[in-house]
Amino acid sequence: MIKTEKLTKVYKSGATEIRAIDNIDLQVRKGEFLAITGKSGSGKSTLLYQLGMLDIPNHGTIHINDVDVLKLSDETRTKFRLKELGYVFQDYAILPSLSALENVMLPLLMQGESKSEAIRKATKALDRVGLGDRINNLPSQLSGGQQQRVSIARAIGHEPSIIFADEPTANLDSETSKAVLEAFLELHHEGQTIVMVTHEKDYAVLGDRIIELKDGKIIADNKPHHL
Amino acid sequence: MSFNRGLKNFTTDFKVAHFLAWREIKRANIWTTILISFVMTLTFLNLIVVSGILVGLIQGSEEANKVKYTSDVIISTPKQKNYINRSNSLLQAIEATPEVQDYTARYLESVVVEAGYRERTNPTDLLDRSGGSLAGIDPQAEDSVTGLSKYLVEGLYLEPNDYDKILIGSDLLFKYNPVESPGFSLLKNVEAGSKVRLRIGDLVREVTIKGVLKAKVSGIDQRIFMNQSQVRQLIGRSDYNVDEIAIKLFDPKQADNVRDQLVRQGFAENAVIQTWLDAQPKFLKDIKLTFALIGNMIGTIGLVVASITIFIVIFVNAITRRRYIGIMKGIGISRRAIEFSYIAQSIFYAVLGMAVGSLIVFFLLKPYFDLHPIDFPFSDGILVAEPLGTLIRSVILFVATIIAGYVPARIVVKQNTLDAILGR
Ligand SMILES: Nc1ncnc2c1ncn2[C@@H]1O[C@H](COP(=O)(O)OP(=O)(O)O)[C@@H](O)[C@H]1O
Ligand SMILES: [Mg+2]
Repeated sequence: MIKTEKLTKVYKSGATEIRAIDNIDLQVRKGEFLAITGKSGSGKSTLLYQLGMLDIPNHGTIHINDVDVLKLSDETRTKFRLKELGYVFQDYAILPSLSALENVMLPLLMQGESKSEAIRKATKALDRVGLGDRINNLPSQLSGGQQQRVSIARAIGHEPSIIFADEPTANLDSETSKAVLEAFLELHHEGQTIVMVTHEKDYAVLGDRIIELKDGKIIADNKPHHL
Repeated sequence: MSFNRGLKNFTTDFKVAHFLAWREIKRANIWTTILISFVMTLTFLNLIVVSGILVGLIQGSEEANKVKYTSDVIISTPKQKNYINRSNSLLQAIEATPEVQDYTARYLESVVVEAGYRERTNPTDLLDRSGGSLAGIDPQAEDSVTGLSKYLVEGLYLEPNDYDKILIGSDLLFKYNPVESPGFSLLKNVEAGSKVRLRIGDLVREVTIKGVLKAKVSGIDQRIFMNQSQVRQLIGRSDYNVDEIAIKLFDPKQADNVRDQLVRQGFAENAVIQTWLDAQPKFLKDIKLTFALIGNMIGTIGLVVASITIFIVIFVNAITRRRYIGIMKGIGISRRAIEFSYIAQSIFYAVLGMAVGSLIVFFLLKPYFDLHPIDFPFSDGILVAEPLGTLIRSVILFVATIIAGYVPARIVVKQNTLDAILGR
């Protein structure tokens, strides 16, 4: 599903170079719920951005569904991302001028779905994250947890092959975090491939595989013990 | 195949842009919307009204000249002649022309009007005197062609059998035209009811002023009108040849046609046959062009200001939404769809502004100025706003708006997606 070789991202700030991720070889199987952990600054977000095609690495290759994604043109890249990937950001990143339903509809419309089809799928996705009764609310009328679930619904509405989530619970209290993680687990049980960054061990163990980063390198790759 | 796919992408981008723009507008702060639309309205008005009034000043004067003096076709005496030869056959031909609704023939002679001779105590005192043109008219024919009786500001209109009675143009009276300069004298203390003397060559005749005319048209305000039978007598025009004929047509658009017909019949030999437009003084045409130019310059400046305003509004809008633009790009919304959505927003403001502006122009300002023309000394200024000219200006404003909306959107959309999302 995802395969990287020698993936490296270097940030230059002035004279110093930071190897935010350093020669990462990683494979993610279909249906896997991968949790990426590590201390702050270890390169988790950077890795996720490269995998999620939001950024371009300095070295190495990424294959997603057997497509060498770094070789795609700008336009195909956007299309590919739109079709195959879904994102959940730490701070929800939903659009304030669109209602919950409209936020979820947006990627669907962009894929050329008709409005009625987009409404149908978006409603379904919002139902799945337990927001079926809040679809017409604007983000300002929703709590943080609800906004994050809108963001999840937006990520799954178009049934992407992979969902990426960067610390999706960082801004939420533990109660709400649980609800959001429930949503991920449920998706996982339905066979959804998920790559989630979290620095909380308690949440990482929910995945069926945990990798730990340190200074841009993978230092551990385990199944959670308790399973 | 590739074309169809391109078209489908385009339609999708368009639909998404529409979706985004409409909601953005709907949920925008109402005052922001009002303010931007207000700026657009003002720009539109600036574009239409300033040049419209400048042109309207001249057009008001042109129109007055046409309605009150030349009518649709004007026939006058050639420069080197004293009157229109063979006037009778010309008048018959006019009579026989089916397009003609009415006409009025005028006898013209220069005249000096004298006043104050009764009051003077010493015969060597200088008299008030003023030069003008004596017009012998048929009061009824004249009234039905030019509506002369409507321009009375004092007294009464001429009756067909009035004798030794005149109507005098206000430019000859100090009361209406209070300027004093050497070599230019006016009649003082003269009004309806006053007696004045007409001096035509050696002939002197005392007449009573029956009325005073003011029409802001030199063909009325600088003339003295009298019944034509008496003028013929005074100037000894026993052959009935006239000096000027104004013709009113059923359809003013036929002016060229009627002129050409009369010319073809050979009357141009003895007379200058012109449409109202031909007879328009050249300086009026020049001033009109100049005013149009000035109006367009002012309008252009307004346009630039509006473009910059739209640019800033959209730019600020896009900059403050930089992060959301990044997110949209991040979740796979195409650049073009995002750019379109900003263009659509500026189009919305432009169309709203232009619609309000058009309503103001066509339902408020234009009817207002038509009813209450601006009182300029040389004309009654009206607001000229031709639908076509308005349309052209609207299109220009529209295009400027699109560019002013597109450029800033493009600048922001072009930025790195991840930087935008993370606010770096
Ligand atoms: N835009 C950037 N410019 C320079 N250095 C950066 C940039 N983004 C991240 N880094 C550095 O790269 C390293 C990895 O960062 P990041 O991937 O955000 O870590 P994490 O998400 O694990 O906290 C850190 O040392 C961070 O300071
Ligand atoms: Mg991070």
